[in-house]
Amino acid sequence: MTDTTPPLPEKARAAEGPWATAWRRLKRDRAALAALAVLLVILAACLAAPLYATYVSGTNPFATNLNGTITVDGKSRDVLEASTEGLGLGLTPIGPTWQLGPYMLGADNQGRDVAARLLYGGRNSLFIAGAAAVLCLVVATFVGVVAGFFGGLVDTVLSRILDVLWAFPIFLLAISLSIVLISQPLLIGPFEIRSGSLALPIVIIGVVYIPYVARPIRNHVITLMKSEFVTAAVGLGASPWRILWVDILPNVVTRIIVFVPLMLALNMIIESALSFLSIGVQPPDASWGTIIQDGQGLLYSRPAVALAPGIAIAVTVLALNIFGDGVRDALDPKSTVRIG
Amino acid sequence: MPAEPLLEVSGLTVSFRTEDGLVEAVRGISFAIAPGEIMGLVGESGSGKSQTLLALMGLITSPNAVLSGSVRFRGQELVGLGRRALDRIRGRDMAMIFQDPMTALTPVHTVGAQIVEQIRAHERISPRAARARAVELISAVGIPAPADVAGRYPHQLSGGMRQRAVIAMALSCNPALLIADEPTTALDVTVQAQILELIGRLRDEFGSAVILVTHDLGVVAEIADTVRVMYAGKVVEEGSKRDLFTAPQHPYAWGLFASIPPLEGARPARLSAIPGTPPRLSALPAGCAFRPRCAHAHAACAAMPALTGEGGHRAACVLSPARRAELLAAGEARS
Repeated sequence: MTDTTPPLPEKARAAEGPWATAWRRLKRDRAALAALAVLLVILAACLAAPLYATYVSGTNPFATNLNGTITVDGKSRDVLEASTEGLGLGLTPIGPTWQLGPYMLGADNQGRDVAARLLYGGRNSLFIAGAAAVLCLVVATFVGVVAGFFGGLVDTVLSRILDVLWAFPIFLLAISLSIVLISQPLLIGPFEIRSGSLALPIVIIGVVYIPYVARPIRNHVITLMKSEFVTAAVGLGASPWRILWVDILPNVVTRIIVFVPLMLALNMIIESALSFLSIGVQPPDASWGTIIQDGQGLLYSRPAVALAPGIAIAVTVLALNIFGDGVRDALDPKSTVRIG
Repeated sequence: MPAEPLLEVSGLTVSFRTEDGLVEAVRGISFAIAPGEIMGLVGESGSGKSQTLLALMGLITSPNAVLSGSVRFRGQELVGLGRRALDRIRGRDMAMIFQDPMTALTPVHTVGAQIVEQIRAHERISPRAARARAVELISAVGIPAPADVAGRYPHQLSGGMRQRAVIAMALSCNPALLIADEPTTALDVTVQAQILELIGRLRDEFGSAVILVTHDLGVVAEIADTVRVMYAGKVVEEGSKRDLFTAPQHPYAWGLFASIPPLEGARPARLSAIPGTPPRLSALPAGCAFRPRCAHAHAACAAMPALTGEGGHRAACVLSPARRAELLAAGEARS
């Protein structure tokens, strides 16, 4: 018994930092894990869209197919059948076959395979939502941290710019820009934004939501700047940059991560709405919003065309929100981050 | 006392622009500290102790603060010095220990990493060597299993351990002047004793001077060499610990001592307290700020008395030394 310094108990937890703690909490959150699994399945399915079109459905989701026929249950059927409803005028696209193969979810007005379009459309929807979220978070983090860190005049100017952005009604801005850009593409440095390009919804969504993220980050940075550990760091001779990198940013990062799933969910909805208004994804390309638009005329005869992307959006957004709540509870239990 | 003071403060005033006009938190205080001296700074909450310390460190950053007077550290004027020049002095030559160990450490880095960061901010030294130094420091402040603790995050340590980690950080460059803002207030008594012992050892081993802010006279009695009593932003009494504890001169100091429960004899039915509350800094009475609460106030108190006294023991009170001795003998300063 000569050793007077007994080893500390709980050695296994000794190295557990904030990240490990958050991961441990997240692992216990079954709802969040289930939501994550759903999201991964949706993502994988959308990424596998070309495989589906080639090997499963064997249809070209971007070409009209007005005179095609397929074989269902041994019988040959037209993709666009003569209407049996009402006066029997016009054509009705084939309904869901509910079998793996061509036209599993039926066809739209142009005779295109809705299931294949759904997967391709998911790619565009997810891409636009993701890119807008990245754009928004990068700019918002930069603005929020700079405003909070430097304070004073810098803060005032940046905050007023955020106020201006806040004032933009997103749909009116999108509609007017998309019309204006038809005649004159917008040039931002080396980037050219044309009326029908994907960059339009990305930039609009990304920019308009900057204040929603930048403000809480700015407030958080201001709180951190007034915290005792920052004063202590200054008192120990840490330079401003050192304080920014060592004391401020690592504390802000968790809050930024909490925003990611919530931003994605919000962006999904806005993107669908913009696509529905024909802003962004242009035919024959698809996104979930454009497929809903395709399906609105078929709502009575072939509701699956509009319902399928609608359900896809609902499930994705729900999963993102559940996962986002889980991430927030794991990383930043005390915060009450909400967007929108 | 050696001729060359380490820190010389003269006429230091800290005021804040508020809606009620300019409010002075520190009203022209002056003192000097010799190398190796431990000075206790006592006073009630709101007497300007913490603002004095922050001003010494150049940590008052509020845009509404107005600083005047002079703070000379090793002959160099600190008031008005730029951030870069201050950063070279802070942490290396003078370091500060904050009151609340729960909030003085960044929650996202391990304790070891924070000490390493602090060392490398001031010295060109390899991460490995800095790491070894950090572990050494943690061990020096009396934490068992230092290597293990270095790898832990602040929230995994107890308050006492954290406070010691904060002290280790402050000691990392063997500062000539250590400024401690109530370093033991948040801790329990046994840990308190260890921390005080540690601060005493720092002085003995490295010859560091220490400014110890506290409202606990017991802490002062334990380790301070000299004591200054602050009231409403001014030093009202200063002297050696012995002078102050055996013959306090200012009625406010009497009140302070009287409010300590006696160790021996009959327990008083009620602990004596200084009547009233500290004055609002925005509405200070003219003259002696303690006047409204003082049992011995009279007309002459309407003018602020200067610090007077002999042999380094000085008090700012209009009572004549003979009258004070009389009152003291009559049982003032005793509960």
